[in-house]
Amino acid sequence: MKLALGPLLYYWPRQSVLDFYADIADSPIDSVYLGETVCSRRHELRLEDWLEVGKVLAAAGKEVVMSCQGLVESESDLKTLRRIVRQCVHGEPGFRVEANDMGAVRLLGEAGARDWVAGPTLNIFNPTTLQMMIDAGATRWAVAPEISGAALAEVRAALAAPIETEVFAYGRLPLAHSARCFTARHFNLQKDTCEFRCLAINDGITLRTREGEPFLTLNGVQTQSARVHNLLGDLAGVRGKAELLRISPQGSHTRDIVELFRAALDGARTPAAALDDCRPLMVEAPCNGFWHGRAGVEQFVAA
Amino acid sequence: MQRIELVCPAGSLPALKTAVDHGADCVYLGFKDATNARNFSGLNFDPAQVREGIAYAHARGRKVLLALNTYPQASNWPSWTAAIDHAAEFGVDAVILADPGLMAYAARNHPQLRLHLSVQGSATSYEAINFYRERFGIQRAVLPRVLSMAQVEQVIANTQVEIEVFGFGGLCVMVEGRCALSAYATGESPNCNGACSPGKHVRWEDTPRGMETRLNGILIDRFADGERAGYPTLCKGRFEVNDETYYALEEPTSLNTLELLPELARIGIRAIKIEGRQRSPAYVAQVTRVWRAALDRLQAAPDAFQVTPAWMAELNKVSEGQSHTLGAYYRPWK
Repeated sequence: MKLALGPLLYYWPRQSVLDFYADIADSPIDSVYLGETVCSRRHELRLEDWLEVGKVLAAAGKEVVMSCQGLVESESDLKTLRRIVRQCVHGEPGFRVEANDMGAVRLLGEAGARDWVAGPTLNIFNPTTLQMMIDAGATRWAVAPEISGAALAEVRAALAAPIETEVFAYGRLPLAHSARCFTARHFNLQKDTCEFRCLAINDGITLRTREGEPFLTLNGVQTQSARVHNLLGDLAGVRGKAELLRISPQGSHTRDIVELFRAALDGARTPAAALDDCRPLMVEAPCNGFWHGRAGVEQFVAA
Repeated sequence: MQRIELVCPAGSLPALKTAVDHGADCVYLGFKDATNARNFSGLNFDPAQVREGIAYAHARGRKVLLALNTYPQASNWPSWTAAIDHAAEFGVDAVILADPGLMAYAARNHPQLRLHLSVQGSATSYEAINFYRERFGIQRAVLPRVLSMAQVEQVIANTQVEIEVFGFGGLCVMVEGRCALSAYATGESPNCNGACSPGKHVRWEDTPRGMETRLNGILIDRFADGERAGYPTLCKGRFEVNDETYYALEEPTSLNTLELLPELARIGIRAIKIEGRQRSPAYVAQVTRVWRAALDRLQAAPDAFQVTPAWMAELNKVSEGQSHTLGAYYRPWK
């Protein structure tokens, strides 16, 4: 089983981002997703910068995938999308593209791309829809985190030919997108004049219930879980259902977490021991409910 | 000026008749199961009621749209395709779909059936909408409540698909069809189960600290004496962020775009949707009456259109939290 590093969902200073990926270059990661998927106002790295990072990672032997924005609103968002598609499909260097919106699927089709990733926000819940994406050129299915292991196995079983499948295995869960920026709102600012307050908030801002229980995370226009979805303890059940595990970048310890996953997959560590080792590296308590078809917030341990 | 259709909600046969009687051009409804995004107990239509509703509407020259706007999974796929077959058999005027697989099924098996792209399809750009147009021949798309007026105008200018927008009612602060908050808290989502923050997970508790509302055990809000305790829709609770307690995501409020009607007409909106299949026939009557009057006034004298205080007062009475917002049409809201 391979390891993929998901797109960076937070807004970190340029140098931190560059340092982060430099460190990833010799880590046991197989695929790296790059690009801004959350907010079009974030600009510490432009597309050219991401392509540069991609070149370095590709030279280090990583597969590089360029991710598209999840929520496309403006003409300028579409312009960015078209540039990504043009550059990655026909340009040099060329990279695989992750489509996160049906607009991207249409543009990839127009460009003749036959090797793209169907991203987690495409709302693929059944074999008919997935087959349609495969016919349109998708060669990997990055499953929406809310789909359980059993449900995704049913989808796979019903396909005419298998498709490489990637599950969200580690990180605060991306749960929702909005036109509203909740980080700006927290600081009593409007989105258009947000002062880029999300910059350098490494793991988003934790939202707690009025009992002080961590519940959600504010990450600009994205809302995430407060808990960290972690399938380290469930790897036995993941085998046979997916070929890639996605690890979502975290403010610190991402590389250590990647290495724990690799060790657990290679049998150098038992899943339970790996999960225990992982706990001090996590920004919040673990959860895995989605994988087990339960509320995502639950940490489920089979009896 | 192109006539704008008024599309009103019906959670029951009495609500459907009320909507028609008060001037709805179209009424939208769902079956009594998880195939639609308002899957609440005591709500929606069995086959006999759908037939009766269609007969009532058609006799008065109105249309009936059927919402089949949740996402079927491998295990329950046949229930959704059966729902499409029934919709075609009963003679609905269009089905409102979100799932591409289901659209392919409908286009293949019922080529005469008119397809609308649901707001749950999360299509926010003309590139996405044109994807559904080319693939399945959709004739109308309902836009998620995230775009500004200029962005809606841009969509309309670049697609042949008719555009429908929400005019009034409960407001999703998140992009519809892309929100797993309810799934995270309860295991049930609008996408797969047709319900957000479902009632069976709700608990109201009178405590010494005040009335507490919980969703699957998670405290969504706490109300002081004299505060009106609202339903714990999880994005509309009060939470703590950096030691500040406030409506961190959204206040309990309703969308109301009545004052934007001339602008919506100018950019070429074809239909206005009223939210609220879970609301009473009295709500449907009140809201439909006001919007019918407003649309008629607009049609008669587009340049002289003005929102009357009486209309706003009527609408505010049935708004969530008795307040309203222009939502994403108003930039500071973002």
